[in-house]
Amino acid sequence: MAEFEVLVEVQLRPGIADPQGATIERALPALGFSGVSGVRAGKAFRLRVEAAGAAEAREVAEALSTRLLANPVIEQATVSVLTLGEAGPVLG
Amino acid sequence: MAVRVGVVVFPGTNCEHDVAEALERLGGQAQLVWHTTTSLDGLDALVLPGGFAHGDYLRPGAIARFSPVMAAVNEFARAGGPVVGICNGFQVLTEAHLLPGALQKNRGLTFLCQMVELEVASDRSALTAGLVPGRRLRVPVNHFEGNYTASAEVLAALESEGRVVLRYVTNPNGSAHDIAGVCNEAGNVVGLMPHPERASGELLGSSDGLLLLEPLLGRAAGWRGQSTSGPQLLVSGASNP
Repeated sequence: MAEFEVLVEVQLRPGIADPQGATIERALPALGFSGVSGVRAGKAFRLRVEAAGAAEAREVAEALSTRLLANPVIEQATVSVLTLGEAGPVLG
Repeated sequence: MAVRVGVVVFPGTNCEHDVAEALERLGGQAQLVWHTTTSLDGLDALVLPGGFAHGDYLRPGAIARFSPVMAAVNEFARAGGPVVGICNGFQVLTEAHLLPGALQKNRGLTFLCQMVELEVASDRSALTAGLVPGRRLRVPVNHFEGNYTASAEVLAALESEGRVVLRYVTNPNGSAHDIAGVCNEAGNVVGLMPHPERASGELLGSSDGLLLLEPLLGRAAGWRGQSTSGPQLLVSGASNP
């Protein structure tokens, strides 16, 4: 078994209104940032998962994302396995 | 014997005493039920009141859904027992999949605390039985995440089955179809964002909330009558709570 660092990003499904993202986007021109669009607000979770391999770590993270971290009615989760085992570097 | 209503209290719930008082004003008997309770024996109805269950961490209702009491709430609901979720309680019921859809942040990202006008959209639910559709009620809202969202298919089913229970006359939060409350297929599980307990006397500016809680006590009494006369068979496979 090894420990895998996993990043889960949760954001609203396409088509679901994101008033937070829209508000952030509207604020950008006032700060001098032009040409920025498509802002979507979401949440990020970092987990350490003990698993036999990266694929298993991903499976575990996907399962818990669907059951708890995201509400599938309005949100979707993207899982990234960041490290490859116990000797791997912790990113970020 | 008075109808006994369990008022479920999670860490962070804050409307339980208001709900209990409103129910007792109508002659019901309210009993606070802590979220670690696993038996709901002797109760004729349940209310999940408003507040911030488990701090609303992650999403409103997302952690409360896994509180020990929720297995019993689920069983109670599936056996036909009346279950009402108010505000945060509505959010808990959607997260627990006892009601469809989800409550998203209000359009405009504004926390709303105001009196609103509601229209009864269906008399099929435990809260609206006996109320004529179209009737208007004044009941306050107090929420940040009350923007009802569901897929087009779910919304179409809710509309065609008369499961949209209450609508806002003037939509304050962006809710799909102006929805303020919905119920399940059997009408025994109801969720609404407005707070009937805060419209339970003229001193509060309205007593229209009592018009919603009264049918709940009626349904609870009817259900108790059934539940004591034999096993619950409203849903096959459901066990008697």
